[in-house]
Amino acid sequence: MTKKSKLLLGAIIVAAALGYLIYGGIREAAVYYITPTELKEKGASAADQSFRLGGMVVPGSLEWEPQTIQLTFRLTDGKQEIAVRHTGSPPDLFKEGAGAIVEGRYANGNLFVANTILAKHSEEYRPPQAGQAQAKDMYRTLMKPPEERR
Amino acid sequence: MISTLGRFTMALALGIALYGAIVSILGARRRKPALIESGRGAVFAVFGLATFAVLLMEAALVGRDFSIQYVARNASLGTPLLYTVIAMWGALEGSILLWIWILAFMSLLAVVIEGKRNREAMPYATGVLLSISAFFLFLAAFPANPFTAIFPPPADGRGPNPLLQNHPLMAIHPPCLYAGYVGWSVPYAFAMAALMTGRLGEEWIRTVRRWSIVAWGFLTVGVILGGWWSYEVLGWGGYWAWDPVENASLLPWLTGTAFLHSIMIQERRKMLKVWNLALIITTFALTIFGTFLTRSGILSSVHAFSESTIGPLFLAFIGVILLVSFGFLVYRSDGLKAEGDLDSLVSRETAFLMNNLLLLGFAFAVLLGTLFPLISEAVRGVKVSVGEPFFNKVNVPIGLVLIFLMAIGPLIAWRRASLDSLRRNFSLPLLLAFLGTGVSSILGVRGLYPLLAFSLAMFAAATVIQEFARGVRARRQISGEGYLTALSNLTRRSRRRYGGLIVHLGVVLVVIGITASTVFRLEKEVSLKRGESMHLGRYQVRFDDLTAWQEAHRFVVQGTFTVLNANRQVAEMRPSKRFYPSEQQPIGTVDVRSTPREDLYLILSSFTQDGASATLKVLIRPLVMWIWIGGAVMALGALVAIWPDRRVLAAEPVKERVAWQPGRS
Repeated sequence: MTKKSKLLLGAIIVAAALGYLIYGGIREAAVYYITPTELKEKGASAADQSFRLGGMVVPGSLEWEPQTIQLTFRLTDGKQEIAVRHTGSPPDLFKEGAGAIVEGRYANGNLFVANTILAKHSEEYRPPQAGQAQAKDMYRTLMKPPEERR
Repeated sequence: MISTLGRFTMALALGIALYGAIVSILGARRRKPALIESGRGAVFAVFGLATFAVLLMEAALVGRDFSIQYVARNASLGTPLLYTVIAMWGALEGSILLWIWILAFMSLLAVVIEGKRNREAMPYATGVLLSISAFFLFLAAFPANPFTAIFPPPADGRGPNPLLQNHPLMAIHPPCLYAGYVGWSVPYAFAMAALMTGRLGEEWIRTVRRWSIVAWGFLTVGVILGGWWSYEVLGWGGYWAWDPVENASLLPWLTGTAFLHSIMIQERRKMLKVWNLALIITTFALTIFGTFLTRSGILSSVHAFSESTIGPLFLAFIGVILLVSFGFLVYRSDGLKAEGDLDSLVSRETAFLMNNLLLLGFAFAVLLGTLFPLISEAVRGVKVSVGEPFFNKVNVPIGLVLIFLMAIGPLIAWRRASLDSLRRNFSLPLLLAFLGTGVSSILGVRGLYPLLAFSLAMFAAATVIQEFARGVRARRQISGEGYLTALSNLTRRSRRRYGGLIVHLGVVLVVIGITASTVFRLEKEVSLKRGESMHLGRYQVRFDDLTAWQEAHRFVVQGTFTVLNANRQVAEMRPSKRFYPSEQQPIGTVDVRSTPREDLYLILSSFTQDGASATLKVLIRPLVMWIWIGGAVMALGALVAIWPDRRVLAAEPVKERVAWQPGRS
């Protein structure tokens, strides 16, 4: 065997190993994008797969329990709603009526247990809407005289 | 006024760039010095106009001229001066202007520095550089014009995105990254010049190697600073999420790193000619592709970038680049036969070939993972993404083998390594690597990959230090110099080699930092009432107070936490949430206490309105600081490698070949 063919063989082996790694990685790490309607259709059969569920946070469904750090809410695509539970604080950009993507598993066919919440964020700014409470009004109770600042 | 002047400047610069590109190449083909000279003048003119445009934009920003749309969107009366100045690269149009300026500056440097030594190639390279400028100037003159006016001008602007005015790193991260992207244009231009002139020997490689190291250095710093910014600002406690935007900056870094290594084989052994050309074309195309990914909005990313209509233009530009470049490569393939041949499989050539193969495999995996949602949707009709687990599963093993190759590459001999030289070079590092594995195992490191990472890092560090130590000892024996003098003279005598070794040492630090901060990370999230405390690692964190106040451009809620270690107060930390009027959502601002041993990272997750209790997320990430230090060491190594010699530059190629003796002891 010449050096060149040995080298070629080596390269093929390395490339094959890389291909195998990538194939295995995709099989293991694939996360399916899914809507609440699609997930409802799958029901309990979806138990052992990871999903990225996207939808809008149903207004009025958001509950945040600071003592146990439990966050529960419902996501909707306009047709179906899925209850979601997450252990941890809501991300900064997460709110009712806004879009969110949660990553996790659908346990028992009725509750989505999320390990990650991705709130949608965009560079575009909307001016504060009329009727929306200003942040400073919301947290006025926290206001202290300036001399107590850092 | 500024708007009219700015738009005129952009249009004029576009015209001159197009003119210069055409006359440069025409002049070179017809051998008309007057045309070539005119093309050279165009480079100076474009640089002058780009500088003028940047100054105009800064004048508009600092003067808060809200009749310019870009200023109205990205500056406001309440924005501090620093963030007003750097708002120039806070959004699309301004970024393109910055890109244009950096490209114009690099083109100018290339013409001035390389013009004399490359009389034949320079006009072609000038033509290529001006063509790239023309594309970006076209964007700035038409679809993404930074000087677009609005009427009537608003009384106040919206100000920059809050995430972009939360940390001074924003002042240097984007310019470094852009310099890293744009820098690859120069090597690409000379590669194209080599293809156009048919002078396909090693001249172009010698011309571009310094430029490539400059581009690589900026890109390295840009990527690391991006991680640092993400760590300090985005408030999730991590520095790398395999996000499309991050991957976009990593892709050209990987292929560029491969290029820096493979050109050594061509210089030394006259092999891999096609490969090197293909690599530089790919690297350049990936820099444009990165901009396309971040600006087109085809992939969702946690990074805030606007979707815009210029995506298809970028795609078309990439198509033209690939078509023209690879077209030339095929056309010239007769002149690209390797003159050297591989002598032995145990040689530096083989180590470098493997390094190239793996770096490209790494890049391919990153590209595939990034584009997977698009691919799966096109092929199977289902949207499937592969997240962090995919990248870690595939890239960690590749990375580990790369560290191994990084350790042996600089020490193994060209052509054929004897068993004796292998034993002499690697027995001590190997011993240290095994010792290191034992020590980290005792310290509690578990799992194959973490143990391998630490022992390979130890192995690589030992080879570098051994190499420096041997060189210093040899010099001291001959000349009787002191240790430091010997070290500096040694480095000065072959900057590229020792600069490269310093870079490798930086990589080792980064690897150690990443491994330790991942394997030993601790994390806890709790709600605390005032006066209550929580424990994590060796720390006790007590919630003392919650205060709030209004600032000129934002409203701030800040928690005060006392950090104790063994009942001794070590710090007072103040994570906060900031409310910007333009955003309805708060921006969390973390507080990080960094020490060489570990970082304590506090995130104020939420709080009750009366301030009586707060939810706090606490993270401990060991050795994170060493990632940033490693980045600085890599930049230092790149600087050492490119530092100009005091002796005549023309004598350099011969001398450096002599200096490139592998594994001298």
